[in-house]
Parts: sequence; C-alpha cells; structure tokens
Amino acid sequence: MSLHPDKVPLIHGLVDGELDAANTLAIEAHLKTCPDCRGEMSRIEAVREMLGSAALREPAPAALRDRIEALIEAEAPLPVTSRAAAPRTASPLRPSFAGGEITAHIFSRRWASGAFAGVAAAFLMLTLVVPQLAYTGTEDQLVQSHVRSLLAGHLLDVATSNRHVVKPWFNGKVDFAPPVPELADEGFPLVGGRLDYLDDHEVAAIVYRRRLHVINLFVRPARTLSLPVGVAARREGYSLLRWTAGGLEYWAVSDLDPRELQLFHQLYSARSTS
Amino acid sequence: MIGRGPFRPRLVRPDRDDRAQSQDYAKAERFRATMLPHMDAAYTLARYLSRDPSAAEDIVQDAFLRAYRGFEGWRGEAAKAWLLAIVRNCFLNKASDMAARATAQPIDEWAGELPPQLVERTNPETVLADKSEVAMLRATIEQLPEPFRETLVLRELEEMSYKDIATVTRVPIGTVMSRLARARQMLAEMLLPGAGREAQA
Repeated sequence: MSLHPDKVPLIHGLVDGELDAANTLAIEAHLKTCPDCRGEMSRIEAVREMLGSAALREPAPAALRDRIEALIEAEAPLPVTSRAAAPRTASPLRPSFAGGEITAHIFSRRWASGAFAGVAAAFLMLTLVVPQLAYTGTEDQLVQSHVRSLLAGHLLDVATSNRHVVKPWFNGKVDFAPPVPELADEGFPLVGGRLDYLDDHEVAAIVYRRRLHVINLFVRPARTLSLPVGVAARREGYSLLRWTAGGLEYWAVSDLDPRELQLFHQLYSARSTS
Repeated sequence: MIGRGPFRPRLVRPDRDDRAQSQDYAKAERFRATMLPHMDAAYTLARYLSRDPSAAEDIVQDAFLRAYRGFEGWRGEAAKAWLLAIVRNCFLNKASDMAARATAQPIDEWAGELPPQLVERTNPETVLADKSEVAMLRATIEQLPEPFRETLVLRELEEMSYKDIATVTRVPIGTVMSRLARARQMLAEMLLPGAGREAQA
C-alpha cells in the first residue's frame, strides 16, 4: 500500500479543520486502514508543531505603530482640533472636551428646532449615551500623549524627584497650580513634569513611576460642563483614570494594572489635600 | 471602550457644518477598532514576504495609509484578510525595488533580535538552543518560494482559513490547498530528517 495522492489534500484539510462532516468521516475512515496516509498526517502535524512557536511571529515595532497612529490622526483630526480651526466658534453649550460631539449635536440648531420627539430623543441620548461616550476622544488623545511621552527624550521637561522644583516649574507655563505630592515612600516616586497638549490646550503632565511603569498624570482646569464623575477605562492595553478635585480635572494614564492606578489616585488625592 | 462602535453612526445626527468632520472622526475610530489590532499580523506577513525588517516597516506603513484611504471599500468582511491583501499588494508594488536586496538574510541577522521571552530564560543552553532553532525555522521558511511561503505564513503564523487565504492571495481555494500541501512537504523535507523522500513515494 502506498500514499494516496488523492487523499493528501483531505489530510491537510483535516488537520486545518477545513473539512465538512462528510469529508471528515470519509478521510478518518481511510486513515484507519492506510498506514502511509497516517504517516503523512503525522508528518504534517510535526511540521505544524514546529511552526507553532510564537517566536516566529513578528510584533510590529513600537516606532512603526506610532507612525501609523500619527498617520491616521493626520488623516482625520480629532473633532475638537478641527472644530477649533473651523470658523464657527463654540457656543457656550458646546462641550469643549473631545468626544463631546454627540452632546454638541444634541444642542445644535437642528435638535434645538426639533419637535417634541426630537427633544425626547435628545434627552434619551443624553441620559443613556453621553456618560459612556463623552470621553472617548479625550481618552485617545491621552493614550497617544502617554505613548509619545515614552519615546526617547519626550517624557520630561523638568526631571527631578524634588516636588519643590516641579511645582514652581509649572508657574507661568500653565495658569493653574497642580498639586505635586511626594509619593516615593508609597512606591510611586516622582520623576518630573512636562507640558503637554490636550484638546488644543496646554496641560500639566506630572510623571510618577511605579516600579518600571510610567504614570502620566495630566492636569487641567475642570470645564464647567465636565461631569464630576470618575472614569476608569482600559484602552489599547493602557489604564485611564479620571477624577476631579479642587476645580481641576485629572487623568492618570499608565500601563499599570487598573487597581494600582486606583491606589495611585487615592494616595495622590490624600496627599494633595493634606 | 464601552458604548462605541455600532452606536455611533446611528446616534450622530450632525448638522451640515459638522457632518464631514464627524464622519471623518467616526471613520478613524472604526478604522482603529477594526484594523489596528492586525498590525502585528501585517508586520509578520510583510516581514516574511520581504525578508527585510526595514522594508517590512515601509510596506506596513504604506499598507495602513492605503487601507485608511480605501476604508470605504471595506464591506465588513474579514478585516484581517482585507488588510493583509493590501499588505501583499504593497509588497508586490515594492518588489521590484526590493529585488536587489531580496537575497535571503543570513541566519545571524534573525538571531540578533530574538523576542524577549526567549532572552529572559535563565538557562543559557536553552537560550542557545532556542535561538538556533527559531533562527533555523525562520531561515527555512524564508527559503520557500514566494507563493508557497505566503500561503504557509498565512495559514501557520496568521492562522487564517483557506477562504481568507484565497482572498488575500487572489487564487481559488484549490490552489491554496495545493500550495499549502507543497509548502508543508518542502518544510518536512528540510526539517524532518528522513521524512522527505517517503512523503513523495
């Protein structure tokens, strides 16, 4: 008995899980009676096993990933960026954080002039949708800022673990004074600070570390329309945590476990008020 | 992220001024959600097709730009297959430029950039053995002629179905099957001592 060439495609189909029930049964019955075809099948499986190593796959280099994300951003600017460039100025009701575009549309002329149904629908959308969607654009920007900050030389404008240096450094650079508590004894050493941009405005980025992980804490004045609720999110493997305190809005971004980021938030808040 | 995706297009009722930009934004969001997760797959394919790390980066970047600009053409079919077909086209477009450099890379070049999980292992002998085995496997795959190599990479490394491979490589499923069988046979001859001749008997 020798290998049956007409069966070989079916053997491959079998190991690849590509056969329908009838063909599966047929080839399995044949394999029982044909040692050569069984040998062929074990060779195929041996080859597949050698190729199963994850090391053969090639993760995209981080620099390439950054370039591609920058490229998409260039093709489709975030709404707030393009809105700022648009001739029409923002109305007072228009939320100024990115991702608030749905809210913006609800308040736009079309909705405002709508009939009762429109108002009801807007109310439903406002209550059901806005809490989930309002921050998505901002979160994207935050993650991108965080990733950019990790590229060589971008993390810090002022590199020091001394909070008495970091805090005054922001003076005159931003028009608010973010608290810069010392958290090294809790395992979150201060690394420094830098200026960053969020929704076209300068924000303070205070940088802490947790072991080898970088935490970027973005701080800006809380907007009148920003919701006082906290937000915890995961995005592209990064944890984001939002809270507001003392008229400031905080966004912590890191690749840390969300629980550790929560711990960071608690310590930071406790030390900021004391 | 919660609440995104299918909701967005239906809920956004932009007035005329905002419509274009919010469509752009929705498109970018949709693209990020559907296509960016396949970047490693795109890079792996480009790497094995081009056999050149920097060319692979160019190919993938070019492919993502084209994919984004042609994203309206995506009809919701398998995202990975759609994207990898573009990667493959970008490679083919670049292939003439590549011809001069496309000679097989020496094994050492692969061995120099092993993924961390291998480097982190403590036993140096294991590390050496793994290095040479991974490097050897990669070099062996790279030696396969192109149609067999791409079919094999799409099946074994990208774990795609015959149907999706047929889409990417633009050949009938029967051709996918025969190329895959031939690729595996060639690998068996090179990798499994004494197995090759029998397989052809």
